[in-house]
Amino acid sequence: MAELWSNPAVQSLTWALVKVLIILQALLGAVSYLIYAERKICGHIQARTGPNRVGPFGLLQPIADGVKLLFKEEFIPAQANKVIFHLAPILAVAPAIVTFSVIPMGPPPMFVVTDINVGLLLFLAMSSLGVYAITLGGWASNNKYALLGGLRASAQMISYELAMGLSTIPVILYAGTLSLVGIVERQGGWYHVVTLPWSLPGLGAELWLPNWGIFHWYLVIPFVIFLITAFAETNRAPFDLPEAEGELVAGFHTEYSSMKWALFFLGEYMNMIVISSIAVTLFFGGWHGPGLMFGTHGWFSPGPPWMGLVWYLVKLGALMFFFIWVRWTFPRLRYDQLMGFGWKVLLPATIVNVLIAALWLYARGAGG
Amino acid sequence: MTIALFVGFAALLVVTSLMVILHRNPVTSALFLVLAFCSLAGIYLLLHAEFLGMVQIVVYAGAIMVLFLFVIMYLNLQHDVESGVQIALRRGIGWLAGAGLLLAGATLLGRGLALGPAAEVSPDQASGNVAAIGKALYSRYLFPFELTSVLLLVAMVGVIVIARGRARSPREDA
Repeated sequence: MAELWSNPAVQSLTWALVKVLIILQALLGAVSYLIYAERKICGHIQARTGPNRVGPFGLLQPIADGVKLLFKEEFIPAQANKVIFHLAPILAVAPAIVTFSVIPMGPPPMFVVTDINVGLLLFLAMSSLGVYAITLGGWASNNKYALLGGLRASAQMISYELAMGLSTIPVILYAGTLSLVGIVERQGGWYHVVTLPWSLPGLGAELWLPNWGIFHWYLVIPFVIFLITAFAETNRAPFDLPEAEGELVAGFHTEYSSMKWALFFLGEYMNMIVISSIAVTLFFGGWHGPGLMFGTHGWFSPGPPWMGLVWYLVKLGALMFFFIWVRWTFPRLRYDQLMGFGWKVLLPATIVNVLIAALWLYARGAGG
Repeated sequence: MTIALFVGFAALLVVTSLMVILHRNPVTSALFLVLAFCSLAGIYLLLHAEFLGMVQIVVYAGAIMVLFLFVIMYLNLQHDVESGVQIALRRGIGWLAGAGLLLAGATLLGRGLALGPAAEVSPDQASGNVAAIGKALYSRYLFPFELTSVLLLVAMVGVIVIARGRARSPREDA
């Protein structure tokens, strides 16, 4: 046994499995309380209290919901394509979980499952596979509303995927790598913005900012575009046309019930977590923060690695709150507006931005 | 470990590719093709061609096949509807071509002309394969690369012209 354990391949495999199990459980727990948070925040935005009956402050509501969904009757429409009807909800959840294998949740090696040199591409690949769940679910239901929702979803997600992929290119140019760990490491420390003509009390005349993506001017517009496409890719308001209830009953999941419907729901929230994690990684410095600024300049000394996990979770939480906030604040777009916006505004804007960022980085590199 | 994974992916690739042409339902065929692309990506990963593997999934499985599915669903093709002489002819040609290819492959294998085992590539060496591909594309293979992009542009312009032409004709009639 000890002989087997001394094999480094066995060790790394075991640790990877342990991490996978922990992340899977944490993700499921996070999703159920994200739904609770969504209902609570939505309630307060609409001047209600939200769920407050089950347990203190309604904190046990997700458990009650889960039990209810597990025991609900499952219904499969006549002449539905049974195999694909069963497959679609699984496809909704699986890509999101796979993406989590490359997201750095803290400093490596402890808080990263695996660091591959094409981590960002893996995320893009998995998010492009997410289309299948909705399209197939809509098609296999043998229902006109579901089919319309599925077709809308495939058109919408393909259109916005392009803009999303292109909006990450300036970050790749800046970091010089596709590895997500590498991108976060590039954002450590501080950079010197400008020397002010006057001296600030206690800070001096030098203006320094954290080296995060969002603090570089040429990465601000990519961040905004990434965020917009993130709403479209997760099918959330104002881009929730695949399930526009006013016109399509419930869109692609009209015919789904019980645990299969719950899987679609789970998939949507997992995708939210994944996309927010990628946004944190690309634009908000991942695990970097006060107490763990691996920096050259400043007042902060390197802290323990778990501080990284804390900072990652704080940033993630803030973005998730933003997602929920937007959903309950903005009305839904019309379908032609959605397509026009994606192709005529976002796509040209991202291409121009790639050019600007490339020229700027090249000029700065050439200058010194 | 690598060998086991390779055999698994290769077997999956063969089985799913066969299912693509043997299954009667076009949607299922398309889905098997997606699975075939994914197992091919797995083989690329085993060869340390991570970039190629991921791009395979993004481009083929994630974009092109979704459009395929879109068209199949839009036309609501449930089964292969064609029959008669045409399909028999097509099948015959297909069988002939397939048999020829199999024969050629078998002879090459028999003569020992097949490619040998891939050269061992260490992960560190391959880790720069994004940079390596970029350098090759934009220096040595720049001309073919630009030519391909012009070809794609022509196809795009052609599609737009055809689509616009169709949309305009009823308006002109009215």
